[in-house]
Amino acid sequence: MKPAINEIQDEIIEEFSLLENDMESTIFYIMEMGGKLPPLDEKYKVEENIVKGCQSKVWLVSSFEDGKVIFKADSNTDITKGLISLLIRVWNERTPEEILHSELYFVERIGMRKVIGSQRSNGFSSMIKQMKLYALAFQNIQHHGRE
Amino acid sequence: MIDIPAIREQFPVLHQEVNGHPLVYFDNAATTQKPQRVIDALLHYYRFDNSNIHRGVHTLADRATDGFEQTRELAAKFINAAEKEEVIFTKGTTEGINLVAHSFGRSMLHPGDEVIISAMEHHSNIVPWQMICEERGALLKVIPVTENGELILEEYARQLGPKTKMVALVHVSNTLGTVNPVRKITEMAHQAGAKVLIDAAQSVGHLPVDVQEIDCDFLVFSAHKIYGPTGVGVLYGKRAELEALPPYQGGGSMIRDVRFEKTTYNDIPYKFEAGTPTIGEVIAFKPAIEFINELGKPAIHSHEDELFRQAREGLQSIPGVRLVGQAAEASGIVSFLLEKTHLFDTGMLLDARGIAIRTGHHCTQPLMERFGIEGTCRASFAVYNTKEEVDYFLESVEKIATR
Ligand SMILES: Cc1ncc(COP(=O)(O)O)c(C=O)c1O
Repeated sequence: MKPAINEIQDEIIEEFSLLENDMESTIFYIMEMGGKLPPLDEKYKVEENIVKGCQSKVWLVSSFEDGKVIFKADSNTDITKGLISLLIRVWNERTPEEILHSELYFVERIGMRKVIGSQRSNGFSSMIKQMKLYALAFQNIQHHGRE
Repeated sequence: MIDIPAIREQFPVLHQEVNGHPLVYFDNAATTQKPQRVIDALLHYYRFDNSNIHRGVHTLADRATDGFEQTRELAAKFINAAEKEEVIFTKGTTEGINLVAHSFGRSMLHPGDEVIISAMEHHSNIVPWQMICEERGALLKVIPVTENGELILEEYARQLGPKTKMVALVHVSNTLGTVNPVRKITEMAHQAGAKVLIDAAQSVGHLPVDVQEIDCDFLVFSAHKIYGPTGVGVLYGKRAELEALPPYQGGGSMIRDVRFEKTTYNDIPYKFEAGTPTIGEVIAFKPAIEFINELGKPAIHSHEDELFRQAREGLQSIPGVRLVGQAAEASGIVSFLLEKTHLFDTGMLLDARGIAIRTGHHCTQPLMERFGIEGTCRASFAVYNTKEEVDYFLESVEKIATR
């Protein structure tokens, strides 16, 4: 069984606490996590998949399989790639309901705003919003079918 | 030799930790820090002398006016203007260029005329000219830049002609650090009958700048880049050139007589200083110039140049680091990129170690396009920076580049 959303969030909080608020180690850690994200096929790296509101380029695509939302993403900067990989780790392969009803408390708990600064925080919020929009769209399809 | 620790003592902002490391401030091309005396002068003004200038007879108005005009006098000497009336206070480099582009453009540019700028201009020396050229039906020409980041002067010579009315050029590139031969460029422009505006935002605090020696018709800079407050800039213009230009903005101070039938304008510099200026900031700009004068530009330059060379050579010897711009004549600014790390990531990782640099296009997008890059990491130095800071910076870059 896949651990619950909150279990993963707690895992992330735990991992970050080991970094003891050291900014450099934290950023290196985020970058390292980005490195583990499966590569995104070049054909998806197009304008329409870019998350609006990010300073860096972030491509985000989603699909819906067996009632679960699958996210894939990439970015031109390693830190941003790390950031979206955190969100994917929490929300990948969840039902739209799980995503829409979850509260991302880990963001605040790991002090994300302080780590990435206010400009990137806005970008991070845009990624969250975009992922929720995808979940919402799949939920609609599920309930009303494809028209 | 200048006493760097004693200089650092004068800058309270430098004595703090950022992300658990002592602050290393290498973003001086964006804005410099302010010495205590500038902060004190600003506070003193609001605490004791605050009053509107030029129109009052009471004591405070007199003090404020006197302080304001003293800065004008010192600013004129600072760039060796022939008279203090040739110094107009603006809110910065950008406003100075807009003023000239607007007033010169509307009175002197006609359809088919040409304005020459270069490929290494800051957006503030591009967009105002684009706007006025479009309005007047004039043509904007651009001096190209070599791979090293130098102007191609042969091309400039070919572009100059009887239709050229204005050459507007940066003295020191804020992205590449290239020092342009402004004296020669001015001479060539004058031979073609064109006027010259020099953007001295990145030079005036670091290199000797003598407007009579350069012989430029206009020169602009910002106080905040040379240890002074924000919201203040200088537009220098030769008396004859300024007198020939129509006013920029209308309002108080810039008039002699206002009648509904016809308004007559004030003399320079007031003709171009409509409305209440940033009085306290102008007054507090004076101690900033005094700070530079006390140290002397030759001493400032030689210290900054040492840091610059140390940084440039150091970066060059780190595997995976590429310099952007390697002009033979360069000053105080180095741009670089890491092969394996995006510039935004580099900037954040340096910030995590307490080092402030700038990342991005530095308001020179056409130049970035010329080099086929999105932007650069830029380190820029001021007199309070140290050799040890450059060592720490190089060590940090190496750590990121070789991770
Ligand atoms: C070369 C150059 N020109 C113009 C400017 C614009 O100066 P300001 O924003 O103070 O008007 C800058 C500063 O960024 C600059 O470096």
